[in-house]
Amino acid sequence: MRPTMNVAVVKYNAGNIFSVLGALKRLGVCPTLTDDAETLLRADRVLFPGQGEASHAMSYLRERGLDRVIRDLKAPMLGICIGQQLMCRHSEEGNTECLGLFDTDVRLFHPQRHEDKVPHMGWNSLSFTRDGHRLDDGGLFKGLKEEDYVYFVHSYYVPLCPETAAVTDFVQPFSAALHKDNFWATQFHPEKSGRVGEQILKNFLEL
Amino acid sequence: MLAKRIIPCLDVKDGQTVKGTNFVNLRQAGDPVELGRAYSEAGADELVFLDITASHEGRKTFTDMVTRVAETLSIPFTVGGGIGSVDDVDRMLSAGADKVSVNSAALRRPELIDEIASRFGSQVIVCAIDAKETDGRWETYINGGRIPFGKGLMEWAREAQERGAGEILFTSMNHDGVKAGFANEALAMLSENLSIPIIASGGAGSMEHFRDVFKTGHADAALAASVFHFGEIGVQELKTYLRQEGICVR
Repeated sequence: MRPTMNVAVVKYNAGNIFSVLGALKRLGVCPTLTDDAETLLRADRVLFPGQGEASHAMSYLRERGLDRVIRDLKAPMLGICIGQQLMCRHSEEGNTECLGLFDTDVRLFHPQRHEDKVPHMGWNSLSFTRDGHRLDDGGLFKGLKEEDYVYFVHSYYVPLCPETAAVTDFVQPFSAALHKDNFWATQFHPEKSGRVGEQILKNFLEL
Repeated sequence: MLAKRIIPCLDVKDGQTVKGTNFVNLRQAGDPVELGRAYSEAGADELVFLDITASHEGRKTFTDMVTRVAETLSIPFTVGGGIGSVDDVDRMLSAGADKVSVNSAALRRPELIDEIASRFGSQVIVCAIDAKETDGRWETYINGGRIPFGKGLMEWAREAQERGAGEILFTSMNHDGVKAGFANEALAMLSENLSIPIIASGGAGSMEHFRDVFKTGHADAALAASVFHFGEIGVQELKTYLRQEGICVR
């Protein structure tokens, strides 16, 4: 990656971005936390992290016109956790219309067994194949091994769909990551996933 | 498959870890950030930093340490010790912590859990419970296990879950420091009756104890301090052992 790379992190009302900024700094880039349309549209990479509640986050983005800005982005963008969910069509959380960048909806986990506790919290493994075929991750998971572990904290999930880029099994197999054109998203937190997460963020910067 | 978590716990006083320097050849074994990094590299899944400082200056030092930990580590960590208000939680999360643990303050004023949950979400609240079994009854204690509180373990754990706690960190005072294994019976009872993850604490002395706490105690995570700090058990060798025993670990 270029040392002068212009990396923007979308500033909005969803949660703790401290660790995302920290993780990027450890990789040697100096991220800008911003809600300015010009800055976001000019950036070489955009990260859309967050924890929080979908309907409040979407209202915040719409009030500031950030929903349109995000849809207009041409640079690679990576949504994380609630970021991934907001990039889908609709979320069951607060019955929320989302950004629609990915052609799928977000659902609430309904555990069938007592051992499956919601939120899905902790380290779970990634699979990069489905029905025997390697999923198209656009290079985001370069260098990772099948069954590498990453850190999740979430109660809503994205079902398997044509845009699924990685699969994790909890209650049922679901989309741990999505990819379409210049948009990538992970349900897990790469910034909290140790070495594996660092590799993923590094790959994203080098796409 | 969701992995069982191994969580080293570090007690911090005036910005320094208070026990354990045999862990690794660290130049500054007393520095919680260095120790945390070493654990992270050894494969720890999460860390807990407990502030055991009493003074106001100590609290400030602890907050600064939390920021340094967040800048350095790439695994989740919980902070606890003296969390008594939503403002305390805000300060810790703003400093970069992923979760906070509440203990005595929540027993004294249970609404604290509701307040934290509605402001920051359940995923940030670890409800720490210290309890002791006497004549078959588990009773909760406050002030670091010094004062009996009167509420029963199961009653309080259920209430904490209903109020919005995201996880229960249960320390058995009967087992803590004895190194003869975790309180597996009580843990299994908690696990059966609650729908949130249970972190087991108190009693780790051998690798078999960790196997048993997952297999018999049905814990979702196991926390320990001295066995890790004094280098009696390495996180990496523990995970290799647990994997051989058929337990899913990272």
